[in-house]
Amino acid sequence: MTGAVFLELCHVHKTFGSFQALRGIDWDVREGEIHCLVGENGCGKSTLIKAVSGVHAPDPGGDIRIGGRNVLPLDPMRARALGIQVVFQDLALFPNLSVAENIAFDANLGRGFSPRAAIRRKAKEILSRLGHDLPLECPVDALSIAERQIVAIARGLAGEARLIFMDEPTASLTRAEVRRLLDLVRKLSAEGIAIVFVSHRLDEVSAIAERITVMRDGRMVGTYAASGLDQRTLIHLMTGIEIATHHAPRDCSARPALLETRQLTRKGEYENVSITLHEGEVLGLTGLLGAGRTEFALSLFGMTRPDSGTLLVHGRECRFRTNQDALAAGLAYVSEDRLNLGINAEQSIVDNLDIAVLPRLANRFGTITDRARVQLAEDWVARLNIKVNSVQDAINTLSGGNQQRVILARWLASHPKILILDSPTVGVDIKNKEGIYALIRELSAQGVGILVISDEMIELFATCDRILHMRNGRIAGDYSPAHITEQALEAQIYA
Amino acid sequence: MPDFATLRSRPEFWLAGVIVILCAALSLSTPSFLSLSNFVDLTESYAVQAIMATGLFVVLIAGGIDISFAATASVAQYVAALLATHYGLSPFLVIPAGLVVGTGLGFLNAALIHYARVNSIIITIATMNVYFALLMYATGGHSIYNLPEWWSERVTFLQFETSGGDLIRITLPIVVMVVSLLLCWVLLTLSRTGRQLYAMGGNAEAARRIGLNISKLQFFAYGFAGFMAALAGLVQANRVGEAVPNALYGTELSVLSAAVLGGASLLGGVGTIGGITLGILLLAIIQNGLNLLDISPYCFEIITGAIILASTTLTALSVQSRKRSRLVEEAPIPEQAHV
Repeated sequence: MTGAVFLELCHVHKTFGSFQALRGIDWDVREGEIHCLVGENGCGKSTLIKAVSGVHAPDPGGDIRIGGRNVLPLDPMRARALGIQVVFQDLALFPNLSVAENIAFDANLGRGFSPRAAIRRKAKEILSRLGHDLPLECPVDALSIAERQIVAIARGLAGEARLIFMDEPTASLTRAEVRRLLDLVRKLSAEGIAIVFVSHRLDEVSAIAERITVMRDGRMVGTYAASGLDQRTLIHLMTGIEIATHHAPRDCSARPALLETRQLTRKGEYENVSITLHEGEVLGLTGLLGAGRTEFALSLFGMTRPDSGTLLVHGRECRFRTNQDALAAGLAYVSEDRLNLGINAEQSIVDNLDIAVLPRLANRFGTITDRARVQLAEDWVARLNIKVNSVQDAINTLSGGNQQRVILARWLASHPKILILDSPTVGVDIKNKEGIYALIRELSAQGVGILVISDEMIELFATCDRILHMRNGRIAGDYSPAHITEQALEAQIYA
Repeated sequence: MPDFATLRSRPEFWLAGVIVILCAALSLSTPSFLSLSNFVDLTESYAVQAIMATGLFVVLIAGGIDISFAATASVAQYVAALLATHYGLSPFLVIPAGLVVGTGLGFLNAALIHYARVNSIIITIATMNVYFALLMYATGGHSIYNLPEWWSERVTFLQFETSGGDLIRITLPIVVMVVSLLLCWVLLTLSRTGRQLYAMGGNAEAARRIGLNISKLQFFAYGFAGFMAALAGLVQANRVGEAVPNALYGTELSVLSAAVLGGASLLGGVGTIGGITLGILLLAIIQNGLNLLDISPYCFEIITGAIILASTTLTALSVQSRKRSRLVEEAPIPEQAHV
């Protein structure tokens, strides 16, 4: 059913400062095809979408062609006029406006009176074409995530789309919602609209795509017919390495318990969560985005207070009022949102590294010398093999993987007995991921109990002795990686 | 037809209820309260603040905030008064000049906010101080009393006597207020520009991606606020018959509290003109009631401050609780699985 080439990129480069986000991209999308774009975080997928949709201008020298004609320079309005629509990962909707206005917002561009009746009519027509019934006057922030996605897709159609980019559309959907979304994608493709689908979930990618393009480090690895690829090959293409053999899970249940929760509950976030983390054990905690994993971890670390239930550290009941209490009890927490919560981007590596242990650096006069701080930073930089020019450089001069190691070092410097890692390798490239996994194994060998919160199967299976599955704020399953496959666990999570 | 449940969720509904109860209570304790003449007086005395509120409202919808409008009004008023008295210019030059000064100061706010990318509350607190202090410095705090007759004369559009013998006058400030509110409603609800302002206030990044011209909209919103402030300044001089540099200074918070009372969100994108009208009305009634009951005017300032505190805290808390309720809401209890 696929036809002529619709979109074509020739030698497209994009540089941000000294960072090359896109390096000589040659790529095409055919009319009405379903095309998947895969690659690791930071491989350039988002930049590619932004270049084609006119948000970022590519570096001079390359071509973006639509129907054979070079369309550069592009801006968002022109790209849409040419039939390129993007359903962004954050959906880019207006939460305060009605469903109808969100769908047909283009009618509000320019001056004069807003054509309210025409907007309603258009929105209604598009929704019925999609086979969905949403209340037209309802503000979008009252809708569910899946419904908002429909609104975002409907907006794309309202703009006479010929090619729709969908950036990680399934990240927060349940399996049933995903199935409906994939049906919709096939329906659009049958109408002659090309869909470029960006996803991390390889099972979906193989289920829906006709062609799959793999990106790595800002380059095209290649475009393949979907039927000829299995998941292992795909991962190999995406990461450039063969996946290390699985970590052999150990049974740690006989060892002393470091951290234990009994029926821990915080209303609206998680309910009756009972877990035990033993000495030297690596415990995985997985589940959909918003399943309550992070909320639970925040309570463990004293950032929020549970409503009921007990928390025991080394067998003693604890009630943390602040994270200072948790830190004193030997816990450390590495946040999932490194960029917003973890680092002080403008400050130096030293400043970022020793912030949690500053009081311990005080000498007998109660003052903290620069020498002691630099010494500490240099020790950790060497231990974790962090690539820096000088520990006095600002942390934002480092790559994502090295930033993450500085943050890890910050908490390791407090010599925690219990380490909570929330999505420890988000935005970290594969080589550094391997390094972080090795570090996790090393720490666990020293007896540190580690809770790894992650939705990456490879990560969980490479590090964990046991994996807990959290759904809707409750523990829904307790698995040994030795007895379940990555695919089976993934199916459980997205069921 | 909206059902009762949706009606109940609207701030306008609760405001109207509070106003009715307050009116009933006040009319019991002070019989003179519930008369047409008191109501018209009340409206006239609040007209200037209502006109400024329409300008502030547009900025709030666009996702910003303006604290400098009262200072802008004072500057525009004084410049216009100077042109009228010192240079003896005609109203056809003086009025536009005043409005241009106000709009220009609004544009200056927009330029600082847009190009320096500094939080609008910081910028406009700073410009409020600069505008006002410059005015006081340049004038030495002296008022202009000898306004020309065309300006200081009371303009009455409608005049009649009630059965009780009270003289009712619908004067210029009331008419300008009504026209401003209508204009603002047409702008925000019916025009494309208005819908774009709502969109920008709701999600600025999405607005940018859809191709809205953010800088144009910013200039429009702050320029409109400056224009409305200048208009309010000119009307205020008409009402009191003189141009006093510090007459409007200090009304910022009561105007802001009227806006948030009326349901305008300080986070942007939310609020209606009907709501803001009711908000102003409620504040006017409270102040009038306090006067009639002979209660210290400081109580009024306590109330306006408390309103801003309460409504911002409530907004923040409801955002947090909505986040929490979304996670577990009606989720089935999963079966425990063990492998």
